[in-house]
Amino acid sequence: MSKDIIKPENLVYRRTPVLTKNTMHYCPGCGHGTTHRIVAEVIEEMGIQEQTIGIAPVGCAVLAYNYFEVDMQEAAHGRAPALATAVKRLKPDFFVFSYQGDGDLAAIGTAETIHACNRGENITMIFINNGIYGMTGGQMAPTTLEDMKTATSPYGRDIAMMGNPLKITEIVAQLPGTCYVTRQAVYTPALVRKCKRAIRQAFENQKENKGVSFVEVVSNCNSGWKMTPVAANQWLEENMLAFYPLGDLKVSK
Amino acid sequence: MKELRLMKGNEAIAEAAIRYGVDGYFGYPITPQSEILEHLMAEEPYKKTGMVVLQAESEVASINMVYGGAACGKRVMTTSSSPGISLMQEGLSYIAGAELPCLVVNVVRGGPGLGTIQPSQADYFQTTKGGGHGDYRLITLAPASVQEMYDFVGLGFDLAFKYRNPAMILSDGVIGQVMEKVQIEDYKPRWTDEYIKKSFPWATTGKNPGKPHIIITSLELDSEKQEKVNIHLQKKYKECQEKEVRYEMIHCDDAEYIFVAYGSSARICQKAIQLGREKGIKVGLLRPITLWPFPSKILGELAGKVKGMLSVEMSAGQMVEDVLLATKHKVKVDHFGRFGGIIPTPQEVLHALETKIIGG
Repeated sequence: MSKDIIKPENLVYRRTPVLTKNTMHYCPGCGHGTTHRIVAEVIEEMGIQEQTIGIAPVGCAVLAYNYFEVDMQEAAHGRAPALATAVKRLKPDFFVFSYQGDGDLAAIGTAETIHACNRGENITMIFINNGIYGMTGGQMAPTTLEDMKTATSPYGRDIAMMGNPLKITEIVAQLPGTCYVTRQAVYTPALVRKCKRAIRQAFENQKENKGVSFVEVVSNCNSGWKMTPVAANQWLEENMLAFYPLGDLKVSK
Repeated sequence: MKELRLMKGNEAIAEAAIRYGVDGYFGYPITPQSEILEHLMAEEPYKKTGMVVLQAESEVASINMVYGGAACGKRVMTTSSSPGISLMQEGLSYIAGAELPCLVVNVVRGGPGLGTIQPSQADYFQTTKGGGHGDYRLITLAPASVQEMYDFVGLGFDLAFKYRNPAMILSDGVIGQVMEKVQIEDYKPRWTDEYIKKSFPWATTGKNPGKPHIIITSLELDSEKQEKVNIHLQKKYKECQEKEVRYEMIHCDDAEYIFVAYGSSARICQKAIQLGREKGIKVGLLRPITLWPFPSKILGELAGKVKGMLSVEMSAGQMVEDVLLATKHKVKVDHFGRFGGIIPTPQEVLHALETKIIGG
């Protein structure tokens, strides 16, 4: 193959410089890698790499700081919105985003999530919901569906015993401090493009100090769900989206 | 221009923070230190110096806001009292692990549990021996006056930034609530973003073109590397122990007996010394100002010169363990304490010296 085809006009895809060259540790088929990429592409396209600080969670994305080529802070479990609050207030000209999973954002960090949203911090919160604790080996999450089997609900989530799956995104949409609350997914190319537009909006809102922009990404966990990547995406569409329907929950003018 | 003001210890902390050019305060109300947040809100420092003041939803949120601000190279602080400080231990461990500078003030009340809102010194172990998980230390300053409450805000930040480690002011409900005259300083400007970026290359101040991004984390999954992180921390703590020990000696020159006491207990001991000397008992006071690093060397030296030492604390006996370690059983050491919010009288303290050390 001739090298002359490597020309700008032939370029259809390239790695964004807002991602490092580190190999991601995410399982093949996992939505984290795609979500990382589109967040990074948004940062690149907005030209804000040097004015962005990201907050990584505890969970599968704990090492997100190794992948985003922006200044990063790694928070204690659930506390990313508290860190983001301080960073944004002390550096109001910066773009600040937190990146959390369901256990981090909707279980141990519920108070930090609710209060950062209620105060109307001018930050972007990215929330990956795959209904399971991936990093610790597939335990029940606050968002685990009824009857869903996990390592700590081996016979399925029994609502009477274990409580209900939590729709935290619907809760934060009720709070006056949020300006944009949306639920997206990244398991098809069309949905990736749509999710990227939502993330772009969520970052653009920071320019206008409108409050929290909250993007839930309903994702998969083929390792934790014990399925092939393809089967996991089918299961996501049939089960997760039935309980967590996609779309905007709140768009403030 | 120096100005004298009559202030509560808690107000002195708040006023010192504004005037020292602190960038951010994040806190949650708890007795007996709520005047700190109240004073800050009343003074509106965000209009004077640009200082951020935020009432957080919990002490857990407060200490993690401190983490986020400190990671940006900003001078940030929180304050609380014992139960709230317990909630902050996870965050303090992360801050120490990530080597971030910050200031935390504990206006100690009696415990355990919800305990009492009255003064105590029962958080000595928590502060100087750990509190959170892992091998780390807090640089701990123990003020014995409202003036020291004021002065140690600046000193605490200076030490925290020198060693990239959290500093703690371990106060108590007496020093927090008592009013004394304080010499206050003029307003110092806050550090500019340019100064922070230039001075603290470790901080997340925005990626520099052509340079790697900055990562603030306490995580290192490779045990070989994590051991190196710990060795580095221990080296730093050793340097701190060599250079930063602070203490005050009162009437120690001719002393046959020594009170070892910090904070408000040291003030009570000063009166007990006067009463003792009126009775012909040659007693002095060694007041640790840094509880960590602890003034072990001077106590070891005094152990060869005096007949006995009494560690006086508003606790069941915590600092006395460090006195015993420092004096290596070369001299008689005992402890006298009241707890649960009871403040000992000078007469009680002197009586304890007479019965436990002199006559014991």
